[in-house]
Amino acid sequence: MNENSIDNLCSVTDTVRNGLARRYRAEKRFRWFGVCAIFLSLLFLVILFGDILSKGLPAFSQTRIKLSIFFDPDLLPADNLESADYNALVKSSCRKLFPEVKGRRSKRALYKLVSEGAAYELRKKVLQNHNLIGTTRDFWLIADDELDMLMKGKILRDSTGRYNQQQLGWIEKLEHDGRLRRQFNFTFFSSGDSRDPELAGILGALSGTILTLALTLLLSFPIGIGAAIYLEEFLKKGRFSDFLEVNINNLAAVPSIIFGLLGLGVFINFFGLPRSAPLVGGLVLALMTLPTIIISSRAAIKAVPPSIREAALGLGASPVQVVFHHVLPLAMPGMLTGTIIGMARALGETAPLLMVGMVAFIVDIPKSFNAAATVLPVQIYLWADSPERAFSERTSAAIIVLLIFLILMNASAVFLRRKFEKRW
Amino acid sequence: MKKMMFMLLAVAMLMLPAMVSHAGSLRNYITIVGSSTVYPFATVVAEKFGKTTEFKTPLIEATGSGGGLKLFAAGIGVKYSDITNASRRIKRSEFEKCRKNGVQEVIEIKIGYDGIVIANAKSAPRFKLSRRDLFLALAQEIPNPDGSPTVIANPYKTWQEVNQNLPATKIRVLGPPPTSGTRDAFVELAMAGGAKSFLWLKALKKKNKHKFKAIAHTIREDGAYVEAGENDNLIVQKLQADPESLGIFGFSFLDQNSDRVQGSLVDGIEPTFENIADGKYPVSRPLFFYVKKAHVAIIPGIKGYLKEFTSEKAFGEEGYLSDRGLIPMPQAEREHYRKVAAELKPILTPADF
Repeated sequence: MNENSIDNLCSVTDTVRNGLARRYRAEKRFRWFGVCAIFLSLLFLVILFGDILSKGLPAFSQTRIKLSIFFDPDLLPADNLESADYNALVKSSCRKLFPEVKGRRSKRALYKLVSEGAAYELRKKVLQNHNLIGTTRDFWLIADDELDMLMKGKILRDSTGRYNQQQLGWIEKLEHDGRLRRQFNFTFFSSGDSRDPELAGILGALSGTILTLALTLLLSFPIGIGAAIYLEEFLKKGRFSDFLEVNINNLAAVPSIIFGLLGLGVFINFFGLPRSAPLVGGLVLALMTLPTIIISSRAAIKAVPPSIREAALGLGASPVQVVFHHVLPLAMPGMLTGTIIGMARALGETAPLLMVGMVAFIVDIPKSFNAAATVLPVQIYLWADSPERAFSERTSAAIIVLLIFLILMNASAVFLRRKFEKRW
Repeated sequence: MKKMMFMLLAVAMLMLPAMVSHAGSLRNYITIVGSSTVYPFATVVAEKFGKTTEFKTPLIEATGSGGGLKLFAAGIGVKYSDITNASRRIKRSEFEKCRKNGVQEVIEIKIGYDGIVIANAKSAPRFKLSRRDLFLALAQEIPNPDGSPTVIANPYKTWQEVNQNLPATKIRVLGPPPTSGTRDAFVELAMAGGAKSFLWLKALKKKNKHKFKAIAHTIREDGAYVEAGENDNLIVQKLQADPESLGIFGFSFLDQNSDRVQGSLVDGIEPTFENIADGKYPVSRPLFFYVKKAHVAIIPGIKGYLKEFTSEKAFGEEGYLSDRGLIPMPQAEREHYRKVAAELKPILTPADF
């Protein structure tokens, strides 16, 4: 009996010893898998960022042409400066640069090197400073998007490209004379959408995004947290609370386009709110984010230890005081995390906005919740779909702006969370 | 904390009714919906219009032709869109729906043509196709090669099997999904055109339209035709990466990417600006937009927008829309539609269908 058990013990230790190497190997293998997983995901991230950055960074600079503009008083009548023909100034300056160009077709080809935006720039300058009229000044004016692409090496310098031999000759001469240079692309940050890539900017979409998300946050944060507190702290557990819980979890998983359909049906068709406005977009996105915020807030409240509540109650605090003085501050970091996750999702949405008319070409920069607006991901989508080549780098540039926006949002969440955590 | 929370809530709640009251006010800009094919042209006109007049820039949504007509037909009033773009003509059913919802007077304006090209990478030899080749290569079911009036499942794997003169590469065509107007037009013009080269199918079309459509309009689903999404830029990039495949997209994308891809000849005709304008190139379609006459008096700027769109510097031979790839109509047709836009007549009647 005794010997038997010793034998048994030996066999157990043997088995353990024999299996030890295998278990160590398994351990090592598992850790190695973990490292591999992290390495792979980092690799994909690097590839993604590398691709976006390499495509998008060139968009932050822009080719400009130096032209000496004669502000011809005959073309700029003092009583009609608003709608004078500023394009004619650009054209005559081009002609002066290449006096040998004759014929309608060649002239048209020559004018195409300069963007139409040049005329708007000159108009602005003249309206600001009337003394310019009658003088000749040198200006660096926006070049056409295709010239920009050529300078950035995105279009080959041969006749298979979009430029013919004659145009390439002009470009070479301009370069030789130092009349072409790349400079920081202010237009990209100061204007709304345009169908001319060299004039298109992100400001319209950015302010649309800020308006929409502000409304989303304003609605979904207080309502979501209020709902979570009530559900978690005050509502009696029972059939009704189970029913609510199932429905909230369900809503969190509903595809976003369905919220868009709801927005179209309720806010636009029934309440008669304006289409394409951040007001409706914000409402729809708030509905979409609410379940996420409620769920994460409830989890955060649940994680507050019961001893805190009991101690507060024991010292005579009322249930509302317990919640607002003790539970809420402790749960706040978790709630903020949930809110940011919800907002980040809202920031990237296009599908629900399609239904409420925010996937649209909008030039004017929105300044109120009623104005027609679009948002960053929609702008990215619209540019990605445009035939002009220069829009592809602007697409990547807009993605960079979106990522920066996201990083700022997340960083502010981390900052707020730290701040709230310090109290305890 | 508590106070802040209540303040936020109160602000949020107060803001809503304040904004709802705003919604009833007059809209001072044009809203346009509709085709994503017309979108790149309409947006250019809208931008020019906004920059050169005192009116605000029209708002343009790309909803697709069908979606646009649905929104357009919903009713009269500032809530509803003023203009819809379409890459096909309005259907009778859609017109009836307009009338049912109070949109009595609809004006039709044709703006030009769009060619649909079948292109491949420049690094590969150019394809010389016929519409019959396209039909045989891409249809789900094709006529029995023995000549009897029956169909068999499409057996072809390479272009050479379709037509001896074509290269022995695998059939792989990247094209738009069924929701796209480009796909509708391709099926109708190229595939059905090719199907009609079979005499018994041509006879079938007269006898049993549905059966003909089932054969000629159904694209195969065994991987030879790859649905590449609505994004034509993506198709161009994929063609570059895979020189063996062909892609289907609008002419403006070929025009913008002429250094990367080349358009295949269809029935011996190259898809060039001139050939599409002349009507020689067989796979091209007209583009339209539709205007609610009742809105012209309510929304400021509609007349001006129509004038800008139909001006010679916009949709003319050398207008700025032709720079973007729109194929202009012949002179007489342009003058006709310019007159329609100026006089806002004739309005569409059921007799037009």
